[in-house]
Amino acid sequence: MPADAASISIDMPIGTARTPAGTRSGAPPPPRATRAQWGDTLFEGITRLFALVVLGSLAAILVALAISAWPALEQFGPAFFFTNVWNPVKSEFGGLAPIYGTLVTSLIALAIGVPVSFGIAIFLTEMCPPVLKRPLGTAVELLAAIPSIIYGMWGLFIFAPWFADHIQPGLTASLGKLPVVGALFQGAPSGIGLMTAGIILSVMVIPFIASVMRDVFDVVPPVLKESAYGLGATTWEVVWNVVLPYTRIGVIGGIMLGLGRALGETMAVTFVIGNAYRISAGLFDPGNSIASALANEFNEAADPVHRASLIALGLVLFVLTFIVLACSRMLISRLAKGEGART
Amino acid sequence: MANAQASMVYRRRMWVNRFNLLMSLCTMAFGMIFLLWILFVLFANGFSALSVSMFTQSTPPPGSAGGLANAIAGSAMIVAAATFISTPVGILAGIYLAEFGRNGWLARTTRFMNDILLSAPSIVIGLFVYTVYVAKVQHFSGWAGSVALALIAVPVVVRTTENMLQLVPASLREAAVALGAPMWKVILMVTLRAVRGGVITGVLLAVARISGETAPLLFTALNNQFASADMNAPIANLPVVIFQFALSPYPDWQRLAWGGALLITAAILVLNVLARTLAGRPQS
Repeated sequence: MPADAASISIDMPIGTARTPAGTRSGAPPPPRATRAQWGDTLFEGITRLFALVVLGSLAAILVALAISAWPALEQFGPAFFFTNVWNPVKSEFGGLAPIYGTLVTSLIALAIGVPVSFGIAIFLTEMCPPVLKRPLGTAVELLAAIPSIIYGMWGLFIFAPWFADHIQPGLTASLGKLPVVGALFQGAPSGIGLMTAGIILSVMVIPFIASVMRDVFDVVPPVLKESAYGLGATTWEVVWNVVLPYTRIGVIGGIMLGLGRALGETMAVTFVIGNAYRISAGLFDPGNSIASALANEFNEAADPVHRASLIALGLVLFVLTFIVLACSRMLISRLAKGEGART
Repeated sequence: MANAQASMVYRRRMWVNRFNLLMSLCTMAFGMIFLLWILFVLFANGFSALSVSMFTQSTPPPGSAGGLANAIAGSAMIVAAATFISTPVGILAGIYLAEFGRNGWLARTTRFMNDILLSAPSIVIGLFVYTVYVAKVQHFSGWAGSVALALIAVPVVVRTTENMLQLVPASLREAAVALGAPMWKVILMVTLRAVRGGVITGVLLAVARISGETAPLLFTALNNQFASADMNAPIANLPVVIFQFALSPYPDWQRLAWGGALLITAAILVLNVLARTLAGRPQS
């Protein structure tokens, strides 16, 4: 509290100086001044209350999910996170398969999304003609505005069949023959599975990663870039050796933000992942993610243990995304702060 | 000799540069191709599904004709209620962060948590509302859906309100305070009014964000085959209807799903454009 009060008095000297000045001149009657003060205190109290509501809702989510998940966690113990059984009939649950599916699809999304976002950010900051900068930037952001269910429908009806017909056989015939990674690209070319989900997720996270990258690339002082150009560096060398090292922390923050988004994405994944509780090496095989398991099963789960198990999965997802997003936030704000100190 | 080597190095650097910039161009094209592909598919399938009956009739049982009228109305009600809940909460919390809390511990923590809430998985928020509300009252309801959507919208409003208020020059506040106005009056009638356009932008973006959300509504508003205006009961809404119809084996339902998808996306794109034009104007 003292820190709070101090910051107010430092930041707003006028507000505190007002009342003494008013009483000194004697023009406004004292009751009015106190009423104004009362109004201010009340108003500040109300706004603080709502700030606390925002703060409290996050804690409330954590607590409420933990309480509702408790029956499952109590019954299965830590094994819940490491066993792969999902048997509503016998009421046996272990969430390894959806946790695995969530992580694998998100990693595929990053593997494709990060280089593409990097390229888009370079294009928008270094190569794009100024006239096109705004429209193209907006177009990339529109990818984030399209609702996730639209990605799901497009994925199921258009992308998955196309992927199965034109890309999967080729990948199996080429990459599938490689010694170790080959196993990843084996499997029936059905178009439904972890790989398709990962690719659609990558398109969905591109706007988030690319816009963070673009923003942090824009804060690089022009003097640094100009010096490198002056020494004869090419555009790529400037990006790779000057811009990227300077913004490394922010770039990692942007990637983490994309990861946080990918982990919790629901509808798009639900449509194309196949909803099978199994863990197989092949990325073309159907799998499941936490979010899609919830979307598919939660309303049909009559058994309390089944329901609690699903909520436990939701809790895992929330904790995972919380950690990832917290890291992302800290990294991005660290860059912003360092930038403020330098300029 | 040395000259030849130097020119080799130079040439290699040039080609690396060209290749990588070309790759950068390709990534941009990659993004645009997906955007255009999705929009094209959406418009091609959606337009053929559009008809007058879509806006006048309720969701049909499989095999018979019908429309999406109840789902459109339900969605509008849920989103409107969520907007009415989230706008005051978001604006007041944003005012606290920008005007009172500033760099205090409470403001810093709230800002941090708000940023996390901004990207938190929407399905978890639906799950949360289910456990604290739906499970307690023992039935799904439109109100529960609104609360879930409001929780998603609040961080957007908080963020834009705070950012906008920070753009207001201190001289404006000082001038109002010098005239003897109390702080609450200064904030509500001077600073907030100065950034009205920006705050409205934030609200519009929040509405755009929540109107396409499906996952949180699955566990809260659920769905309703029939036209209903009772917010205290399960209520039809576009996203869930689209989800259900798209995954159904019936061509009629799938066609309606495409029509609904087009409606929702068009509404969201219009909201985004509106928000951008509003945001572009008053600051300059």
